[in-house]
Amino acid sequence: MSTTSSRTPLPPASRSPRGAAGPSSRRRRQALIAWMFAVPFVAIFAVFMLVPLVSSFAMSFTDFTSRDVQNPAAVGFVGIKQYATLFANAQFVHSMLNTAYFVLVGIPLTMAVSLALAVALNSGIKRFRTAFRVGFYTPVVTSIVAVAVVWRFILQPDGLLNTILGAVGIHGPDWLNSTTWAMPAMILMAVWRNMGTLMIIFLAGLQNVSAEMLEAAEVDGANAWQRFTRITLPTLRPTLLLGAVLLSVGYLQFFEEPFVMTKGGPLDSTLSISYFTYNQFGFGKYGLASAASYVLFVAIALLSLVQFRALRSKD
Amino acid sequence: MTLPTETLTPGPLRTESGGPARRPRRRGQRGRPLTYILLLLAVAATILPFAWMLLGSFKTQGELLRRPATWWPQEGTLANYTSWFTELHIEKFFANSLIVAVVTVLGNLLFCSMIGYALAKMDFPGKRFLFLLVMVTLMVPGVVTFVPLFVMVSKLGLVSTYPALFLPFLASPVGVFLMRQFMLGIPDSIIEAARIDGASEVRTFTRVVMPLCGPPLATLGILTFLGSWNNFLWPLVAAQSEDMYTLPVALSLFSTGQNATNYGLLLAGSVLVITPIVALFVALQRFFIQSVAATGIK
Repeated sequence: MSTTSSRTPLPPASRSPRGAAGPSSRRRRQALIAWMFAVPFVAIFAVFMLVPLVSSFAMSFTDFTSRDVQNPAAVGFVGIKQYATLFANAQFVHSMLNTAYFVLVGIPLTMAVSLALAVALNSGIKRFRTAFRVGFYTPVVTSIVAVAVVWRFILQPDGLLNTILGAVGIHGPDWLNSTTWAMPAMILMAVWRNMGTLMIIFLAGLQNVSAEMLEAAEVDGANAWQRFTRITLPTLRPTLLLGAVLLSVGYLQFFEEPFVMTKGGPLDSTLSISYFTYNQFGFGKYGLASAASYVLFVAIALLSLVQFRALRSKD
Repeated sequence: MTLPTETLTPGPLRTESGGPARRPRRRGQRGRPLTYILLLLAVAATILPFAWMLLGSFKTQGELLRRPATWWPQEGTLANYTSWFTELHIEKFFANSLIVAVVTVLGNLLFCSMIGYALAKMDFPGKRFLFLLVMVTLMVPGVVTFVPLFVMVSKLGLVSTYPALFLPFLASPVGVFLMRQFMLGIPDSIIEAARIDGASEVRTFTRVVMPLCGPPLATLGILTFLGSWNNFLWPLVAAQSEDMYTLPVALSLFSTGQNATNYGLLLAGSVLVITPIVALFVALQRFFIQSVAATGIK
């Protein structure tokens, strides 16, 4: 960048009102001012994001425990032992499978529901559009803790959900105390809490779908489903990609629903990677917790990369 | 957290209601009543939990335990609400939540627009690297920094203080992205003109650039406030004495403590926690929805 700074100044290029200073000193001055603007953010970001990020990485190669906080000198370097311990830990493997279950079922389901809502809202209805949007988005703005209180009620064996299911002749399970049904209940809650965000993003994306093309296709005899799959979906590709990446970064960190609803149970059936990490932190096994959190980080980065590849390739 | 991409910049929403790209009204005429019925059912199912929460908060414990469950309160009571104020002093937690949220919002508005300006309109060595570094951290899961952050806060002796609750959230990468993207769109000529008129960089920033940044500041303010108000895990760990609890922490701890089976109290607490944010959302819903569409984040 600064390779030209030693050359003689070129007077006509000077845009500085003070004209006298050469480009190199002016550039240096501007860099200084720019860094002054950046410094407050960078300082906080460095202390509360970069330092923890690096120390967590370092910690994952040590036997750091809560007892070492006051005396960091006692910490020993253990190489990849924490990672080996982690993958040999049946509970951690279970938590990975649970997280995969949640992600693989939860993401397609959330995307399908949100897309259906967005398409319905975009289908030319005029009245109550705002009311509908507000209704579908409200779960997004509410606190998970408050929402958990009422969902625990709804999911009771004789709760609202089973009453409704009973009305159509289905005998609902004891959702939160069943190893089979606790995870579907978590997914149901997650869809409910996240569909509003995706719906808004998809609605914005739908505005790019060409009305002329849809009309031409209709004139040519394409039915609604054909128009949707051949015109709407391809146009929506970048928006779908955005939605999928947003959801996977969020869903891989799956934590709050089981934390407030099931405590990871019954029998660890809703224990996620984040939750496992949080528990190890609670036990004071900071080294192991850090290793687990980095496994999750890598998973998030990989899944995002795969999705970018998969959805970009056809452009 | 979440990852914004450049696919959606604030443009597209404008055409959504009444833009030129409207479909002919003819289409969908047949399907319209059906669309309304389906949407109505879906929205009813979506807000049913809130309706149930609100109605339940006025019921007595006996009525809440009765089976079959009642829908409308038979013996309505306000006792659930009054005990939140007289016994549990919810106003204290409300004040904590509000203080933390306001400081977090102000800090982000200031710091993110400053660095956003430097990244968008100035040249300096390390600029590309700095931006990339900030963006990469968007993919870092919360649990990665959680442990060292707690170790740091406890070594600094900040556990159960306001700074512990807001400091880690003052510099949000999303905010940098948002401010930089918007400022890139401000014409260089405006800034050049101010400089030629002899305005300092600080003056150019405060008098010329910032007044143009209303939309991204509103977006950032809303998103930060929402995130702070609903933040749960960090305050749960960082606020260990009761007088520092935020609303979600207080509600969570009361709902697992001795009040765990006092359902009416918990439902009333939930209503009190979500009412301010839902009211804010309904009042500002247009901005909320533009925020999400603009950045792809909640």
